[in-house]
Amino acid sequence: MPDIARPMTASAITGPGDGSADIHPFGEGRSGAAPSPADAILPLGVRGLCYRAGGRPLVGPVDLDLHHGVKTAILGPNGAGKSVLLRLMHGLLTPTAGTIRWNGRIADAGILRRQAMVFQTPVLLRRSVAENIAYVLRLRGWPRAQRATRVGEMLALGRLGDFARVPARVLSGGEKQRLALVRALAARPEVLFLDEPTASLDPASTAAIEAIVERAAAAGTKIVLVTHDIAQARRLADEVVFLDRGRLVERSAAFRFFARPASPEAAAFLAGDLLY
Amino acid sequence: MQDFTAAVGLAVRLLATADPDLVEIVSLSLQVSLTALIIAALVGLPLGACLAIGRFRGRSVAIVVVNALMGLPPVVVGLIVYLCLSRAGPFGVLGLLYTPAAMIIAQTVLVLPIIAALSRQILEDLNRDYDEQLRSFGVGWRGSVATLLWDARASLATVLLAGFGRAIAEVGAVIIVGGNIDHVTRVMTTAIALETSKGNLALALALGLVLLLIALAVNALAAALRQSMPEAARA
Repeated sequence: MPDIARPMTASAITGPGDGSADIHPFGEGRSGAAPSPADAILPLGVRGLCYRAGGRPLVGPVDLDLHHGVKTAILGPNGAGKSVLLRLMHGLLTPTAGTIRWNGRIADAGILRRQAMVFQTPVLLRRSVAENIAYVLRLRGWPRAQRATRVGEMLALGRLGDFARVPARVLSGGEKQRLALVRALAARPEVLFLDEPTASLDPASTAAIEAIVERAAAAGTKIVLVTHDIAQARRLADEVVFLDRGRLVERSAAFRFFARPASPEAAAFLAGDLLY
Repeated sequence: MQDFTAAVGLAVRLLATADPDLVEIVSLSLQVSLTALIIAALVGLPLGACLAIGRFRGRSVAIVVVNALMGLPPVVVGLIVYLCLSRAGPFGVLGLLYTPAAMIIAQTVLVLPIIAALSRQILEDLNRDYDEQLRSFGVGWRGSVATLLWDARASLATVLLAGFGRAIAEVGAVIIVGGNIDHVTRVMTTAIALETSKGNLALALALGLVLLLIALAVNALAAALRQSMPEAARA
């Protein structure tokens, strides 16, 4: 089975040939090659995080800590600020106030390169399926020979082997999202942000995406998933962060959240009531 | 009608015999226009990319100016380049006036805004798709420009064609700065203008037909190149 998602530590980020990162089979990452505390970018610490746009507060203030080894679902109704919070954590948006620290450090280019994000609508380059994956590996400095092997592994993971030379933009919706996901995992990110990755997919495609996410998590990649799909959060999440109108209303273990939500907003959301 | 028939006959004869004067004029035309196109592309494509993805003060004004320059009247460009290169001008010391170099400069000035403005629009549209994903990848500013230029190469080939069309068909500027000197700066368009003014309509029409054939050949070549590109680049 290919080593498809075990995250790379800072010392291994320059490529697969400079350490033991390459030789572990898929699944050994969590116990066998967990990043050392000094190397790791987790935990992620968010303090007093606010974001305003057009004079309107969209998020915050939010305080949140995210740890390695736990699949986190950020849940909430539309407009709760879930995607904005995800973009703030990933560095795509600049907070209006507050701080985001990765293992105590302010995010820099090196830290960003150890994360990946998959968007609700996959953004694929005007290249072939294989070249889309190779692009990320080239960015991360993988040598040409290892790139080819890794691309093959990722194509197999995404069940896209038959489409290697096909233009990425002519794939079906489910295939596109699988490609976006395996492309994100190709360089072995330590943290994977997923912004409603199955929002417009059918059940079979959703199951395929979730299976890849589960395997990445099992290999040690931290999963942060934004969704408003309660069933998906039940299936995937170990913990739930519930947002409502930009505020963090509740955070608890997934089993507890779904059994006994502590906040009336979460209870109403789970009951299917309109919150606004 | 007789003129037209005679022109076609003459054109065929000139082409079939590879008339030395015709070959010289066609060669110089291609040399001047392709050189101008290459220079304009080397400057215009990165400039278009900078305008497409850059966020700086005065960007909107710069876009308006570049768009407006697409409609530059060739004779005005010819006049300005003439004034710059004339003996009393700031670059008179270079002695470029009435040389192919002067014609290349004039055509570059004409083609550059076309390439910059059209590529800016294409790359801005593509960047609207790519921007967030490229930033998520950690791609820097230069990397973004390179990625956009590469992924839009099929569309940009059409932009270059438009630029070449403008250059090869241009007469007003090159006749001012080149002087239409036989065996030195005579290109197809200036030769056509000269032969028409002399009443030699058959030769003028023959040259016109050659010009049309070249335009067709270049477009056919571009279409073939586009077809040979990987399908992914065109999707």
